[in-house]
Order: sequence, then structure tokens, then C-alpha cells
Amino acid sequence: MTTATSHPAPDGHDDHGGHHSPHLAHHFYTMTQQVGSAKLGMWAFLATEILMFGGLFCAYAVYRALHPEVFLFGHYFLDTNLGAINTAVLLLSSFTMAWGVRAAQLGQTTLLVTLLALTFLGGVGFMGIKYVEYTSKFDHGLGPAQGIYYNVTTEYSDGNTAQVKRYLVPNSAFIIAGEGDIKYGVGEPTSDQLHQLDDALHYHEKYALKSHADEGLHKDHAKAESGKGDEHAEDHSDSQATPAFSGEADPHEHLVDQSFTPTGAMVTSAVTDTRPPEHSAMALATNGSFGLSDTFEKSGIATTSVSSAALEVGFYEPTLWDTLTEREQSLAYQFFSIYYCMTGLHGLHVLIGMGLIAWVAVRALGGAFGPEYNTPVDLVGLYWHLVDLIWIFLFPLLYLIH
Amino acid sequence: MSHDPEPISAVNEWTDPSTDHEHDAEHAHHVVPMWLLVGVLVLLLALTWITVAVTWIDLDTMFNVPNLNVVVALGVALVKAAFVAFYFMHLRWDAPFNGLILVASLAFVVLMISWTILDGQEIDRLVETPRAARSVQAN
Amino acid sequence: MSSINVPGITDIFGKPVSEKTASENYLTHGKGIMSWLLTLDHKRIGIMYMVTVLTFFLVGGLFAILLRTMLLSPEPLLAQAGLMGETASNNFYNQSFTLHGAVMVFLFIIPAIPAILGNFVLPLMLGAKDVAFPRLNLFSWYCYMGGSLFFLWVLGKGIINLVMLNTFGVDMVPIWGHGGLDTGWTFYTPYSTGEDTGGAVVAATAGAFILGFSSILTGLNFIASIHMLRPPGMGWFKMPLMLWALYSTSIIQILATPVLAITLLLLIAERLLGVGIFDPSLGGDPVLYQHFFWFYSHPAVYIMILPAFGVISECISVHSRKHIFGYAFIACSSMAIALLGFLVWGHHMFTSGQSALLGAIFSFITMFIAVPSAIKVFNWLATMYGGAIRLSAPMIYAMGFIWLFTIGGLTGIFLGSLETDIHLHDTYFVVAHFHYVMVGSTLFAFLAGMHHWWPKMFGRSYSEVGAQTAAWLIFIGFNITFIVQFVAGAQGMPRRYATYPDEYWIWHFLSTMGSYVLTIGLFYALGVWIHSLVKGKQVAANPWGGNSLEWHTTSPPPFENFHGTPIGTDPYNYDHWHFDPELDGYVLREEEEPAEAERTAPDRAPQPA
Repeated sequence: MTTATSHPAPDGHDDHGGHHSPHLAHHFYTMTQQVGSAKLGMWAFLATEILMFGGLFCAYAVYRALHPEVFLFGHYFLDTNLGAINTAVLLLSSFTMAWGVRAAQLGQTTLLVTLLALTFLGGVGFMGIKYVEYTSKFDHGLGPAQGIYYNVTTEYSDGNTAQVKRYLVPNSAFIIAGEGDIKYGVGEPTSDQLHQLDDALHYHEKYALKSHADEGLHKDHAKAESGKGDEHAEDHSDSQATPAFSGEADPHEHLVDQSFTPTGAMVTSAVTDTRPPEHSAMALATNGSFGLSDTFEKSGIATTSVSSAALEVGFYEPTLWDTLTEREQSLAYQFFSIYYCMTGLHGLHVLIGMGLIAWVAVRALGGAFGPEYNTPVDLVGLYWHLVDLIWIFLFPLLYLIH
Repeated sequence: MSHDPEPISAVNEWTDPSTDHEHDAEHAHHVVPMWLLVGVLVLLLALTWITVAVTWIDLDTMFNVPNLNVVVALGVALVKAAFVAFYFMHLRWDAPFNGLILVASLAFVVLMISWTILDGQEIDRLVETPRAARSVQAN
Repeated sequence: MSSINVPGITDIFGKPVSEKTASENYLTHGKGIMSWLLTLDHKRIGIMYMVTVLTFFLVGGLFAILLRTMLLSPEPLLAQAGLMGETASNNFYNQSFTLHGAVMVFLFIIPAIPAILGNFVLPLMLGAKDVAFPRLNLFSWYCYMGGSLFFLWVLGKGIINLVMLNTFGVDMVPIWGHGGLDTGWTFYTPYSTGEDTGGAVVAATAGAFILGFSSILTGLNFIASIHMLRPPGMGWFKMPLMLWALYSTSIIQILATPVLAITLLLLIAERLLGVGIFDPSLGGDPVLYQHFFWFYSHPAVYIMILPAFGVISECISVHSRKHIFGYAFIACSSMAIALLGFLVWGHHMFTSGQSALLGAIFSFITMFIAVPSAIKVFNWLATMYGGAIRLSAPMIYAMGFIWLFTIGGLTGIFLGSLETDIHLHDTYFVVAHFHYVMVGSTLFAFLAGMHHWWPKMFGRSYSEVGAQTAAWLIFIGFNITFIVQFVAGAQGMPRRYATYPDEYWIWHFLSTMGSYVLTIGLFYALGVWIHSLVKGKQVAANPWGGNSLEWHTTSPPPFENFHGTPIGTDPYNYDHWHFDPELDGYVLREEEEPAEAERTAPDRAPQPA
């Protein structure tokens, strides 16, 4: 204010003695103007963040509209409980942040620091849960650019076991991801699992079957005849010749009647070590033309809960990656590509927000904020709430696909 | 000569000493009452539960409306977002233009998504369907 | 401006200023390189932008000349000259046009007017001491510098690698790694996700990402400044039109640039992680990339042109000595263009497999852009009509702008129509069209603005004759270069080709000759500026007689911009400025302006009794 001080200006902006906070920058007249500018600038910045995530939401929307079955399929690999907990964690941290702004406005420094610490811990908790989710997915081959696979352990009659990595692709198989350790043919699935099966069948019929019938996306025959991946076909893809699925040792798995196999075996396999027990998934696949009810009756699963539509649905065998067409392989990428992009960028923002909160907390410890000056707390709060806002949309879109 | 028909005051809303800046300051620093913060938190958590619960019901079939589940999930998310923006982010007491920025940015996101999604099906029509047809012929 | 010797710095009343102000302005306020590199002063940041943006313009321009020279021959010229093989020569061409396009768009046109002229004049026009966030302003310059140097480094490295390997047989890759890009400035997938792209897609997109931050921060700063820092007496519809133009530009920068950011991030993710969103071999839809890209880049076209409209509105009115015609229409049409600009991105994709419905919608809305654009042109013409037009250099550039923008705009209608675009898409017609709009319009407006505010920026006069000669050379050279490209394009010459059938030779020859004239003109203009810096005479506070607030302070402005708070008045009312032949500038009369006199009085040199 050098000029203004030496030459009191006619507008008399030196008269505002009460507002000459040491925080007032030289090009503003009042704190209100400065705070208003800061908030306006922050909101404009938040708009850029919204537009940036908007691009990701756009990619999500386009691909979900194009391949709803891929998203339904993919989302069974996500843990809704963890997602919901993370939502709650972020909401709580948003609350502590909002409370922190209040504390700053009221000059309650100790409370402010405590609340900022709690908010930071919320971020830590969120990222911790994300870490658990990410690692469990990476462990199961659910990387951003990998096919979704599971391992099939087969016991031969001579007692040897072999492990085969089988890839799953939408359209060729579906997954029942449920609570509890369900193994096909062992025990009865819960009503929840049947519900999910029903659900999946419904979608399968609606989308996948249509494409199967109309567009000939028929993996098994296509691949057998196309000659692609011959070696693998010999080894694994023709389940009739593969002992992997005959499972003679276990009476419960003695399901595969040879009479079903001419058109392709009905294959059941217990997923062994690829998923945590509470998350066991089961691949159910066949391309037989037989009624599904047979299968269910033989396996001792009540068929009553399965809708009649499901009975007409053909199933496809989980196929080997190499035998898929390029397009089919690529479809398997989509959900997790988008999942990792969205949650990854969001996670990055959480980390940035945590950094900002730590910075503000350190300044708050030094007593920098009070009723006169609390703009940084306010702005960091806005940023943190925006991160929360984005998660509010990400959660149902990624975890709660119906 | 005067270059402006109306005499122009040498003060504006920031420099005018008569402007009640204390009152302004209260606007800029509206202190949200505690009960409101807690209330909003409880509401947000309840709405989260509702979003999850809604997926247990197949609304699409129940009401025979396609994608009703998605619409409901997004609707609940929007309500949650509105509460966060209004109370946690102080928009309710903030300058209206800041709210306009938020609404405008959302509108532009919707614009981008809606027009792009209109075009998203083209790859199906122009690329995937012909490819599938070719593979049928090949068999 | 002639070179009448003005006795030192004078204030707006034509009176000598105090010794302090005379000896200390924003240019002399701090000494040493660090006083520039760490400055928070918007004027100095504007000057730093000027130096760097013009340097990168030189680089982009040299590559333009190189391209035009290579196109003198229908065959790969470098191969004919025996410098390298045909493939290498063609690769060289591809990398060169990518570098030219990317540098000109991201490093020159987008920042040129907002970052140089906008930074300099926006706070002055607002009567403010600085932009709302001076630190962010400086940070945005560093983002620009970081992004630009990185960008040039990776793109230039590829070209150097190519020349070293193919001409001198030296493989530079083990020394400093791969580089280069041949996707064009648009980074279209699947070119940019493919193997043979020159090797620097990730690095180049990262550079563009950083540049985006610079753009966003500038826009954010301008929006906050215009909202919060307007002076007493300046309501929204009393702002100079330059501010309206910068405001609408900033809105686009805020809303569109982040979409480019996410697009580039996804592209990087595709290449590094194998995420499949745009890459067809990974299941992505390459047309989706174009949607993303043009959702940013079509509005970005208006980032380039809207500030130009602002500059032209100022120049036309001031140099016609007449109140701007249709103020509210020009102001609102800027906003309308900014919003409509978001609704037409699909007209870049008529031939890329976009749905027929969407194509029709986009084509339809594209036609609407013509309305606000035409409103502006008609208003400028109406402003000139009956005005006391002064054919100074800025006015010649501004009138050249109207000519070129009209050609560029009308040919845009050809391209915006679905049917004709099928024929013209990706031909030289498109190249000519967007050069008329981007160079013909934006560059001309930039030069108009530079000459208009040059006396304010440096307090020096330039050679009016030299500046006018340069303006005519640029105008003639530009028209020769690009008007023939319309013909070549309509006859089917595709863009981005290193070689062509012989029948197009004459058009390429003419175009190349024109580009040489254009180059000479641009260097002449640079020479005029340098001459002015070295030999220019001190100018009056208001050499043109403009009334927006930047003319209400000394030339060059003091560090604090103004003494006291100036009052906003009608920026296009020039009646109260009286020409003072002694100063070769316009002055106010104290008896008519008591408030201004009181404001500036403390800064006046003691009058000799």
C-alpha cells in the first residue's frame, strides 16, 4: 500500500482501519473482497476438477451404454461392503472438515487441529481400504490391462493336481460372486446367490444372448474352427478332453455327464485360491443345449428361484485367453480400465487433499487461523468436499451396478 | 465538460466506508450451527444406506422402467451431493455466482456425456456388428 | 506517432510527473534477473510471457517456412537434395508439421493475447493494482515455461535424432533417448497409441498437460479479477470490450481445458498401463478420443479468437475516434460465442464415423456461430462508419483482421455444412480456413494489440512508417500464402502430405512464395519493435486518445499502476481527451476533470512558479 499510504486517495480506502488485517494483500481493499475473490477462484478451480472427472464419467457412460453386461460382470469383482465403508469414511471426514471450518471461524484452535487430524485420518482410512481393494485385485489378475482370470485346480484320479489359469470374459461366462464359500455342487447356494444368479442370467439373456444369436459371437465353435491357439485348444479349451473338469474324485462334483459333452461340456469348477473366502466366485459355464434345470437338479440346487428365462439361456465355457478374438479380449479390459482410471484419479485427489490438510493443520498449530483469517481452511475444506462429492457419484456407478 | 451523464461515485462496494463490511464478513464467514452439520451427516449416511439398499430390489422389473435402478442411484447421489454442496461447502450462504459455477460445470458435464453417448452406439453399428457378421460368415 | 521529443514522462494532463515516478516505473522498479523471475507484478509477467511466447512463435514459424520450402517440390525435397532417404525425408516432414502445429497452437496462439496483452492490460483496464491472484499468475508462467520447454525438448529431439541418424549416420538415441512426434497436434488415436509415432507421445502429452495448467490459472485469475476488482463506476456493461472478451475466454479456459487434461491423461494411461479407452486394439473407441479432444479443442478455437475480438473492438473504436457501435451486442456476442462454442465440437468429426443425427445437429448449430460473429463484424464496420479513422499501424492490422476473419469465417460455413465438408475434409481448404482464422485473425489481432499497447507497455514510440510497412507485407504475404490453398484444397490436395501430384505444384509454389513475404514482414515488425526499444522516444500517457483506464496512467505505468483509485467511466467516450501536438498525444483538462486532477496531483512534479 505504499502509494496509498503516502497519498491518501480520494476514495478513502485508508479509512477502513478495522479491516487492515496483516493478511490483506496490497491489491485488495477489504478482507471481504479478498475472501470473496479467493472463494470465487476456488470454485472456478473446482469447476475444472468437475469437468476433468466429467471426461471420465463420459467414458464410463459411453461404454456402459454400449456394453452393460461388461459392467455388470465386472462389478461382481468389487466389494460393495468396502465401497460402502469407504463412502461412510469420506462422509465422516467431510463432516469433520466442515466442523473444522466452523472451529476455525470461532477461533477454537485446539478443536480445529483435532478435527483436521481426524479428517486426515479419514483420508488415511480411505486410502488404506483402497489399498486393500487394489492389492486383492492385483493378486487376482484384475489389473487395468489384464484379462480377468481365475485358477482352476484339478485333481486327477492318480492324485496329481494341476492348475490351469482360465480367463473369464463377459459373454462367455458369468460369475456369481457371493458371500460365503460356495462351491458348485457343494451345499446349497443361499437365496442371495440365487438372486445374483438370476440377476446375471437376466442380463445375460438381455444382452449377451442377443449378441450371441444375432452376431454370432460364439466363442467355442469359432475358436475351435478358427485354428487360433491350437495348442491351447488341445490342452484345455476342449473340456471334453480335459480331465480338469471331470472331477471324479469328488462325488459332489460328479456332475459332468458325458452325455452332455458332445456340444461342449457343462463345466463346473470350484474356484480355489483366487479370491478371498468371503468373496468366492464361481464360474458356471456350459454351452450345452440341455435344460439348466437338469444341471441344478443334479447338483442338488433348488431350481425354483431361477427364472424360466434363465432356463433357456445357453452358457459358454470359460475360455482361454488366447483363443478369444481380439475384440472379446478387449471387452474384458473395459470395466477395470475405467475402474482404475476413475478410482485412481480420485485416489490421487484424496492424497493431494491429505497433503493440503496436513499443511493447514501445521499452520493451525501455529495459531494462524481465527475469526479474522481462515481462508486456507475454508478453501482446503472446499477441495476436500469436492473429493467427497466425486466419490458420492463413483460409489453407486462402480460398486452398485444392477 | 462532463463525460458521463450521471455523476459517478468515487466509491464502490468494497471501498465505500458506509458499506456494512461487518455484515458482509458474516456472509463470507457464515458459521454453520453444529446441529445442522450433524443433521446433514446423519442424512448423508442414511442416504448412503438407501443407495445400497436400492440395489437389493430390481426396480427395473418391478416398475418395468429400463435403467430405473441407475436413475434412482444417481438421483440419491445427486441429493447427497446437493447437501454436501449446500451445507458442508457453505453454498447456501455463499455468493450465488459460486453456486452458478457448480451448476454450470455440472451442466457442461451433462452436455458432454449426453452428446457423446448419442454417438457411442455408432461403433456398434459401424464396427462391431459388421465384424460379428463377418465372423459368422467365416464359420 | 511521430518522433516529437517529449519532455520526460507526463501524466494524463500532459504535466511532468514527480521525480520519483519519472525515474521509477514497473520496468525499473526492481533490478536484476531475479526481480523479474520472482515478480508478482502482472505487467512484468505479461512482458515475460511476451518474450517467451514470441520466442516459441519464432520456432514454430521457422518450421512453417521449412515445411513450405519442402513443399516446393512434389517429391520429398530432402531426399532429392541427397540429405536423407525418402522415408526419412517424409518422417522429417511429418514430425515437422506436428511440431509446427503443436507449438503454434499450444505455445503461441492460445497464450498470445490472454497471457501477454491480457495480463498486461486487464488489471490496468480494471483500475486495479494487480490481478486477483498474483502468485498464481507467476505460477502459470512457470507452468507455461516448464510445459513449453519440455514440449520443445521432446519434439525437437525427435527431429534432431532423425537428421543425425539419416544425414550424418550418428545414432543419438543412446545418448539422449527417443523423441519426436508425428501424430499432428491433435494426438489422434490410433496414431498416438500406435507403435510408430516418433516415440514421444507420453512426454509430449505430459507437456501439453502442464501447459493446460497455465491456461487454467490465467483464466481463473481473470474471472476472479473481473468479478471482484472492478473499480468504482464500472458496472458490467461499462467494462471495456477487451474485458468481456477475456472474461468469455476465461470461461472457456475453465470449462474446456480440464477435458483436454483428462484426455491426455487417458492417452498416457493407454500407453503406459494399457488401459483401453481410446485404443481400438485394447477395446477402445478412437472416435471417442475425437469427442473428448474436440470438446476441448473446439472451444479452444474460441480461446484463440475471442480475445482477438476484444483487441479489435478496442483498436477499431480508439483509432476511429468514435464510440463503439452496439456495445451490448458485442459484449453479449462474446458470451454467446463462448457458450455456442461448446455445442459444435462434432463438426470436426463429420467424416470420422459420427452418427448422422449428431452430424446434422452439429452442422445446424455450427451455422448459429455465424450470427454472433457477424454481429461483431457489422458493429466494427458501423463503428468505423463516419469515424475519424487514423490509419495507424494498429488500425491497419485491425482492418486486416476484419478482412481476413471474414474470409476465414465464411469458409468456415463451407466446412460446417455436412455435404461440402465430406469433399473438403482434411484438404488444404481446411488448412487455409483455419490459418485464416488462427493466423489471419488471431495473429493480426495480436499484432494490432501489440502496436496499440506498445507505447503503454514500454513508454516508447515506434516507427510508424516501419510498422505500417510491416503490416502491409504481412497482410499481402499472408493472403498469397493461404488464398491459393483454398484452391488447392478444393481441387483435392489433402493436408499433411509430404508429397503430391505434379498438378498441385503451382499452388504450392505460390503459397511458399507468399510465406516468404509473410516471414519478411514478421521479421520487419520485430525489427521495428527492437528499434523502438533502443531508439524510441518517450510517449505521452495517452498517445491514441483512448479512454479505457489503462490510458489514465503514465506510460509506462508505475509499479502500483495508478495513483489512487481511478474511476470507471464510459471507455468509448473520447470527447474529453484533447490532442496536444506538443506531446503528440491526448490530454485531459484539469478544469474539466477535477476528480482525476485530485487523484494524480500528488504525483506531479512541482510546477515552476
